[in-house]
Amino acid sequence: MKRFLAIVLSCVMVFALAACGGTNDATVSTDADETEASLKIGVILVGDENEGYTAAHIDGINAAAEKLGIDESQIVWKYSIPEDQSCYDAAMELVDAGCTLVISNSYGHQSFTQMAAEEVPEVQFVAMTGDTAATSGLANFSNAFTKAYESRYVSGVVAGKKLAELIEAGVLTDANYDADGNVKIGYVGAYPYAEVVSGYTAFYLGVKSIVENVVMDVTYTNSWFDITAEGEAANSLVAGGCVIIGQHADSTGAPAAVQALLDAGTVCYSVGYNVDMLSVAPTAALTSATNNWEVYYEYAFSTMMNGGNIKTDWSEGYETDAVAVTALGESCAEGTAEAVEEAEAAIKAGTFHVFDTTTFTVGGETIDTYEIEGLGETISDGYFHESEFRAAPYFDLRIDGITELN
Amino acid sequence: MAAETHKEPFVRITKRASMPFYKAWAIRAAAILLSLVVCAVVIYLIVKMNPVEVYATMFKGAFGTKRKIWSTVREIMMLLCISVGLAPAFKMKFWNIGAEGQVLVGGIVSSACMIYLADLPTPLLLILMLVASMAAGALWGLLPAIFKAYFNTNETLFTLMMNYIAIQITSFCVALWENPYGSNTVGIINSSTRSGWFPKIMGQDYILNVIIVMAATILMFIYLARSKQGYEIAVVGNSENTARYAGISVKNVIIRTMIISGAVCALAGFVEVSGSSHTISTSTAGGRGFTAIIVAWLAKFNTFVMILISLLLVFLEMGAKEIASVYHLNDYASQMITGIILFFILGSEFFIQYKLVFRSAKGEAKK
Repeated sequence: MKRFLAIVLSCVMVFALAACGGTNDATVSTDADETEASLKIGVILVGDENEGYTAAHIDGINAAAEKLGIDESQIVWKYSIPEDQSCYDAAMELVDAGCTLVISNSYGHQSFTQMAAEEVPEVQFVAMTGDTAATSGLANFSNAFTKAYESRYVSGVVAGKKLAELIEAGVLTDANYDADGNVKIGYVGAYPYAEVVSGYTAFYLGVKSIVENVVMDVTYTNSWFDITAEGEAANSLVAGGCVIIGQHADSTGAPAAVQALLDAGTVCYSVGYNVDMLSVAPTAALTSATNNWEVYYEYAFSTMMNGGNIKTDWSEGYETDAVAVTALGESCAEGTAEAVEEAEAAIKAGTFHVFDTTTFTVGGETIDTYEIEGLGETISDGYFHESEFRAAPYFDLRIDGITELN
Repeated sequence: MAAETHKEPFVRITKRASMPFYKAWAIRAAAILLSLVVCAVVIYLIVKMNPVEVYATMFKGAFGTKRKIWSTVREIMMLLCISVGLAPAFKMKFWNIGAEGQVLVGGIVSSACMIYLADLPTPLLLILMLVASMAAGALWGLLPAIFKAYFNTNETLFTLMMNYIAIQITSFCVALWENPYGSNTVGIINSSTRSGWFPKIMGQDYILNVIIVMAATILMFIYLARSKQGYEIAVVGNSENTARYAGISVKNVIIRTMIISGAVCALAGFVEVSGSSHTISTSTAGGRGFTAIIVAWLAKFNTFVMILISLLLVFLEMGAKEIASVYHLNDYASQMITGIILFFILGSEFFIQYKLVFRSAKGEAKK
């Protein structure tokens, strides 16, 4: 009896599901018809407002929507979507809900967003920070990325000014120098691929533009968001003599660890990413490199509203204020604000290029040619053309002076 | 004299002899209702929203559209498959905490087949993946079983440790197969050729998932309830000494059962990789190896009841996600609701097994 009932219950349930499926199909398509006329935006986020990277996207979308008069009801949010099948599910659910533009904000979402784009050609999809839109050949699939390397360079200038001040003040110890008399700085990176390499190289070149004799150690955490691992990485870098710790990972782990070390008497400072780190590291944080995503979202939304097509690859930096550095901390050296202004102006004016080949060497030699599969020659006119052929960064040269520790 | 000074406690807990089927289910239904009321109060107190609306949203999240229903079905099948895999081990009182790892090794082997043997015709490839992944899972179950059978090691710790090994192997494979280099994700495997993917049946992606898992569910039910081996499992579970006395080789039963348990759990990994995600990562099992323990226990190892329990848990999870999306609550709010409901369901089992006897004034007067 008991078993029989269990079987009957299960069967009823399965059939009930199938029945629901049939009826719902029709209602969905009518919904889509009604909303077809106006823009409806679906947003797939890897985290929620508690995570800096995602928070920056949420702020950008809200600001752009407000500017363009897009109502709250026109935006559907999907929070904390992991980089797996659930991203595809979320994308298709957003399509079902009548969205005409679907945006995913994390790199790992890309292949799943692309799969949805293949299936639904009438909806526009954007994989933020992705890199396969151009090669996918899909008209309704785009990538976008800011020229984050520009703000990283400027944050490097801020770090360089501090470093110069520390050297002059004579507070550095022997441990802070390597065998060749170069000052050591450190960097907490997420993963060893182009986006991160491009970022830390720009940061290093920014520091080097102020302090010539500098070397940098890089530690990878193999995660975009891991407070403990980022803190540990910062601790071990400082223990190895690094004076300033930059980062390309999304948590406050590194700045908080550096603040604790500074409070305990070690001379070390932090440069953050995404968000102002002054709340967790009031005296240790110098500044953070950030993206102003509003610039892109405003472009994308208004293009869609005017019936245009979103660029397959979008990448802008200081020229449209799509990147910036956050407010300078109280520990910044004198003259930092002026140096920042100068660097920003030069980048904006196009008179200075971050990856100027005269400023770095690879294997002891200056390079004048570098071909990347699918992109072609990336070096011309004396600089590496980052983010010009494709939105996602592709500078993956390992230049002299930077050591990857793991 | 002693009886007079020794007062009867206000309430005593006694084990129930047995309870009619309908009564037990009435208690469970009451528990769910009660949990919904408590959740409603919590929802109202914390976020000041109409609880009925919130529940309606949860329901929409799981069953709102045809696609959502299929996602829900897919998730139910995954959880059900792992629970079915755990059933024989738990019935034998072998605490297999290693489902997470067994799912992962099944997933790794399936992915490896998809990557390295992409040129084979899909039906052949699918059969190969099925066999290979189940063999890998069987091995993952066999190791702790041998140690338990011959050296009486603690299987809880052993299977738990095997999870970590599986997770590390997965990390290694992800790094090996990552695409593009350095991104630490494998991406969708064979996205253009769909080699090694479950074929669509009647235009639906997940029919084969349902067929495979339902077949496993039915077979496992028959195996446990009707076969001689299933009976041996029950005897070993109740008392190893009785089993020995009856001439059952306890060692063989442990080893045989864990091979089956591991293989079915790995089958879930195969279904997930080939029939759903088409990728592999350390989150492929996603904690479901542990959730399945709750399912197996609540269902008392009846694989058909597991369908209902899986449905409930998946419904809660999908509903929770929907609440987060619609009301901009983060995951914690919805996890609270899930937690409250689970607490009540688990609590109801207590009232089904035991009863509270209150000290009655009448009873004392009679004495």
